[in-house]
Amino acid sequence: MSEIPQRQAYGVALAEYGAVNHDVVVLDADVSSSTLTKYFADRFPGRFFNMGVTEASMVDVGAGLALGGAIPFVNTFAALLTLRACEQIRTCVAYAHTNVKLVGGYSGLSDYKDGPTHFATNDVALMRAMPNLVVVAPADNVEAALMVPVLAEHDGPVYMRISRAAVPDVFNTAHTVRLGQGVTVRPGGDITLVGSGSMVGRCVLAAQALAEQGISARVLSIHTLKPLDVELIQQAADETGALVTAEDHSIIGGLGSAVAEALAGCLPTPVEFVGIRDTFAETGLDPDSLMDACGLGAGDIVAAATRALQRKRC
Amino acid sequence: MHHHPESLIYELAEVARQIRLDVLEMVYRRKAGHPGGSFSCAEMLAALYFHQLKIDPARPDWAERDRFLLSKGHAAAALYSALARRGYFPVEDLERWGHLGAHLQGHPDRIKTPGVEMSSGFLGHGLSVAVGLTLAQRLKPPRYHTYVLMSDGCMQSGVAWEGALAAAKYRASELTVLMDYNDVQLDGAAHDIMPLEPIAAKWRAFGFSVIEINGHNLRQILEALDMALEIHSMPTVIIAHTTKGKGVSFMENTAKWHGAVPNDAEFALAQAELRGYQA
Repeated sequence: MSEIPQRQAYGVALAEYGAVNHDVVVLDADVSSSTLTKYFADRFPGRFFNMGVTEASMVDVGAGLALGGAIPFVNTFAALLTLRACEQIRTCVAYAHTNVKLVGGYSGLSDYKDGPTHFATNDVALMRAMPNLVVVAPADNVEAALMVPVLAEHDGPVYMRISRAAVPDVFNTAHTVRLGQGVTVRPGGDITLVGSGSMVGRCVLAAQALAEQGISARVLSIHTLKPLDVELIQQAADETGALVTAEDHSIIGGLGSAVAEALAGCLPTPVEFVGIRDTFAETGLDPDSLMDACGLGAGDIVAAATRALQRKRC
Repeated sequence: MHHHPESLIYELAEVARQIRLDVLEMVYRRKAGHPGGSFSCAEMLAALYFHQLKIDPARPDWAERDRFLLSKGHAAAALYSALARRGYFPVEDLERWGHLGAHLQGHPDRIKTPGVEMSSGFLGHGLSVAVGLTLAQRLKPPRYHTYVLMSDGCMQSGVAWEGALAAAKYRASELTVLMDYNDVQLDGAAHDIMPLEPIAAKWRAFGFSVIEINGHNLRQILEALDMALEIHSMPTVIIAHTTKGKGVSFMENTAKWHGAVPNDAEFALAQAELRGYQA
């Protein structure tokens, strides 16, 4: 587990990148102390706009800033951003193809203590269905920090979700990211565990547990949910013959759906889905026990792998 | 305050007439569109595109240009006519509005159509986008002025009032709102569907300088646009009292012509009336 929460890694990286790229401006909707865009605000007050609780307007203001040549990072909780401002994102960011970087904090169940109103469990489904929009979920703090310049230097709209919590470390500082390119975290030939966001680390734990059973599990980290690295996933399906997807998101419309879409037409392969079932979940005492209770534990990935392997043998 | 010669007023009135004739023909040909709300803003579009805006149709992406946002995107036909007549693209393109493969979409698309600054369709976005453009030109010169044309329907949306909060916070004097207040919307009279009054007091309470005019009087439009540029401490809204369907007797002040298509007889009658219409 990392020493600092993913949101802090993002906030620090954004403030550092602000010194490098003066076109970057940051907007937040009265939650900069939570998303930790306050680090940027403290260093660059002239390029920080606190819009108050006007999420819908904030996205449109971001679109206007982008039209004027700035590179706006528009921040609030992922659920607020993608639900309250959904039409603004559709019309003024995705359809209008404005160079806006939408960053949703408090992804998945990571705001365990505030309960289902604050959980973002369908943001990927919504954003993935927006043409023109790139959708990103960094696996750990290293990727969250690396994504800041990558998003800024990508010409076009992006949605990135960031966990409030500390997430398992997956990569070291030599890691690099390219949008649209999945990462093979661990080789393996019997089955593939495909993770996104905070679930990548749990996939690694599951692969270790499976190894003890003599099962060689490949682990793929999918930081870009759209465009999906279809080639990497099809290759894994071809070589291992069974997959498990794992995401801190509803099983409807997220990573699992994307992987199934990539395989159904050309390479039908057993896929088991680890994610939040069709439920709002509930308040918890800490992120990890809540995730475990909602079926997102490493043990759930192992169990799903066992089911997928049985289907593979049929 | 500039003095606006009679010749300019006459010239702009003729542009407004041409915009209405173009809109009528476009809606008639395509058998779809929004004549009522296009007619109510014809004089304002004429004044903006043929006098007020610092623009160069040969360089739609000229950095110093003024920005115009059509927040009431359903007046697309009127905007397309103004852009074509101003030279952004051939007038013949208007005939292919809404055809498959044509650059003129049902509502404005900034990617497809030269001169369209922002895509729009659902009401209310323009003011917030204008605030963003205003903040951008402060950070990254060159400076420009942003104009946004809102409808009364736009002003029923929450996002528009959120944008008004932001415009006031940032004292966005580099933006001017033109509110096309024709008081008729899709389902009926705006004052019945969802009343906006007292609208001037609302705008003032939100931190705007308010100018009220007859939105079909070109001299009043030009003077209001000039006045707005002289106000440096707050954003300005020009509340333009207009008539939906203005210029065609049977279309005026009726919700039916928000999104209706004239038949052959109505088309001929409307054309005749517009040709004889005096502002």
